[in-house]
Amino acid sequence: MAVGTQYLAEQPKLRTTSMVLGAAAIAGMLAAPFFFYPVMLMSVLCFALFACAFNLLIGYVGLLSFGHAAFFGGAAYVTAHAAKVWGLEPLTSILLGAAGAAVMGLIIGFVAIRRQGIYFAMITLALSQMFAFICLQVPFTHGEDGIQGVPRGYLLGLIDLNQPLTMYYVTLAIFLFGFFAIWRIVNSPFGNILKAIRENERRAVSLGYRVDRYKLGAFVMSAALAGLAGGTKAIVFQFATLTDVQWQMSGEVILMTLLGGIGTMIGPIVGAGLVIALQNYLAASNFPVTVLIGIIFVICVLLFRRGIVGEILELMRRKTKGVS
Amino acid sequence: MSSAPLLEVRGLNAWYGESHVLHGVDLDIREGETVTLLGRNGAGKTTTLRAIMGILRRREGVIRLRGQDLLRLPLHKVAQAGIGYVPEERGIFASLNVSENLMLPPTVSEGGMSVEEIYNLFPNLHERRSSQGTKLSGGEQQMLAIARVLRTGARIILLDEPTEGLAPVIVQRIGDVLVALKKRGMTILLVEQNFRFAKKVADRFYLMEDGRMVNSFPGHELDARMDELHEVLGV
Amino acid sequence: MSTIFGIPTPALFGQVLIGLINGSFYAMLSLGLAVIFGLLRVINFAHGAQYMLGAFAAYLLLNYLGIGYWPALILAPLIVGAIAVVIERTMLSRLYGVDPLYGLLLTFGLALILEGAFRHWFGAAGQPYAAPPQLTGAVNLGFMFMPIYRGWVVIASLVICLGTWLLIEKTRLGAYLRAATENATLVQAFGVNVPLLLTLTYGLGAALAALAGVLAAPIYQVSPLMGTNLIIIVFAVVVVGGMGSILGAIVTGYVLGILEGLTKVFYPEASSIVIFVIMAIVLLVRPAGLFGREE
Repeated sequence: MAVGTQYLAEQPKLRTTSMVLGAAAIAGMLAAPFFFYPVMLMSVLCFALFACAFNLLIGYVGLLSFGHAAFFGGAAYVTAHAAKVWGLEPLTSILLGAAGAAVMGLIIGFVAIRRQGIYFAMITLALSQMFAFICLQVPFTHGEDGIQGVPRGYLLGLIDLNQPLTMYYVTLAIFLFGFFAIWRIVNSPFGNILKAIRENERRAVSLGYRVDRYKLGAFVMSAALAGLAGGTKAIVFQFATLTDVQWQMSGEVILMTLLGGIGTMIGPIVGAGLVIALQNYLAASNFPVTVLIGIIFVICVLLFRRGIVGEILELMRRKTKGVS
Repeated sequence: MSSAPLLEVRGLNAWYGESHVLHGVDLDIREGETVTLLGRNGAGKTTTLRAIMGILRRREGVIRLRGQDLLRLPLHKVAQAGIGYVPEERGIFASLNVSENLMLPPTVSEGGMSVEEIYNLFPNLHERRSSQGTKLSGGEQQMLAIARVLRTGARIILLDEPTEGLAPVIVQRIGDVLVALKKRGMTILLVEQNFRFAKKVADRFYLMEDGRMVNSFPGHELDARMDELHEVLGV
Repeated sequence: MSTIFGIPTPALFGQVLIGLINGSFYAMLSLGLAVIFGLLRVINFAHGAQYMLGAFAAYLLLNYLGIGYWPALILAPLIVGAIAVVIERTMLSRLYGVDPLYGLLLTFGLALILEGAFRHWFGAAGQPYAAPPQLTGAVNLGFMFMPIYRGWVVIASLVICLGTWLLIEKTRLGAYLRAATENATLVQAFGVNVPLLLTLTYGLGAALAALAGVLAAPIYQVSPLMGTNLIIIVFAVVVVGGMGSILGAIVTGYVLGILEGLTKVFYPEASSIVIFVIMAIVLLVRPAGLFGREE
């Protein structure tokens, strides 16, 4: 699944090109709020980080989690509660949310990694549904209402986040931090062992790796980063609700990653951008969003399982192979 | 050479994924004949059977049964054209009892053995007809695997190493069964490592090496060619 | 008034009955999931949507064509089974041989389409569907009053589960199915049309879900979301039972339904999560599931 990173690592020329492209992309993101509605951009950034975190698991360990909404939405609740009820500083609140998601990841992951493949997907889905039921019942989430009116507050007590542009750049900074964290994980020795497990779990076991620990480690990191995205979203949009913990949200993040390209670094970002843009576009029309999401799922699975970025990389790889 | 062969294979090439495993195999079996494929492990004998059956799908060349082109048929139509297959691993189903295993392959034409005839030929199977298929001994499983294709009315059966890993007395029994089948006019394509067993039943031998047919000779020449065979087979 | 553990008996039996009803649906749905998974190696996420389609088919047949409950019990499974056959031929069959996760994602997408479309047409609220006149009213069992329709659902589901089990264990078609679950290629090499068998199995599984949907229509409201919320619980049931055994899927379904009902009596707050908790415990103690084999 992960043709992308290995391929780029093998091609020094392309590596330079991609660095140039990366710099251009960051420049573009810095300039974006002058051309687009910042709230939508921030939404894309939050979901893009969420999708990248999810992709860390499916793309580089081969585990399909169908319950990542629990970490995203769970962190949103923790952050919202910390900022609103405890009156904590926004960044601290976000980090608390991510920490909460990591703890949940440890618990859910500990149970789920006992099975593989299709069972892993069903188990994560069931456990996240359990979490959603709990969120519906406990007082601290305020049930159907959710936690509303979360203050954005002052970053480090100094910078007013109620300014849309400031909020955007802080969100961008968090996104870039998360993205590079994932990039570092994937390209570390730890990441290489994860890929070895994905390719052939038995061989990894026979080489003496304690596969379960690596899987659990990756699961917790993925959950924490999904939590970072969810906590940020709670500050940006100033609320946390049941929507973020439900299975539909887990489905959406799968779609974003699948559409952009499982196992590619930038695929999930592209996918998140496209899905958010489509949702915004459809919000004005009468067409049901769920149906469209379902249709995209079916088309992706049947026609381009590598996703948009994955297919482009595959085309480039075939071309260079053909030339040399 | 009075009539056209029942099964005719011409220039058969086959691939497992990227690796080319059969290189232009030619093979003829006439009605009522028993033909044995010899060769060392990995020479392509099992592969030839799997390619004829269509289990191995990446093939080129000609495979004709009574003039009907088998190469284009979907897998399940090959058996329906009149071939019975007894795989090397025997393929007895654990979730089926002996009787269900026996009844599994659909009838492909008239003239197959009746269940009574089969149970007369293999009394053990009758005794154990309600046991789980894989609870049988290795020999009984082999009998069941053979019995299974006799019911269907197939005119030719492909038998892959029926004596492998079995005790001499069982091998003897299987030899008797094959002789009985020959008498009934059954056509048999046999893959076998056991010369003494094969000599008893084979009308003709083909010798395979590295995915190619390297020689073919009538059954009675087997003893005279022993030295040559030992060299090719490395036994 | 008599009590057991301080709970009035009628209340206790009432909850056990509700648990048994829920368990009937868990059993029927996990049975279908297990049959489909056994042969196709696909987790049919659309199973819940097909259950919902069955209920809606009954509702639409009644309200637009005036066709009542009894014919709907036959017609709805046939309609949904036919749709499933088309889905298998045009989409699922392209995914055999690739990672089974894609089958899950495809059927998830289909579930979203069906659910979204019905929500768009009928809204998220439930539509009522009356039980047939022959099955209305209640009987006094001595220790409690039982609505006749609920008794009928328990009996019908037992018959359906037993019938499916007999079909698989005792018939020639069932033997093909069991054998193909073990080694599809060999079964096809014997001359069995396995691609057709796969299509029929998916159709049959979906028809079973639709039949459960018709049975459910008078008990729960007919609503677009009735299926997916249920199917996630059924996934947990399937994980608990392990998918290796048909009988295991059935038994686990009923038992977990009853346990859920009992939880409602003794600790109502936990009743919506008890099945998931049991799943987690089973995974920690016996990862392959109660009736499963380690793969």
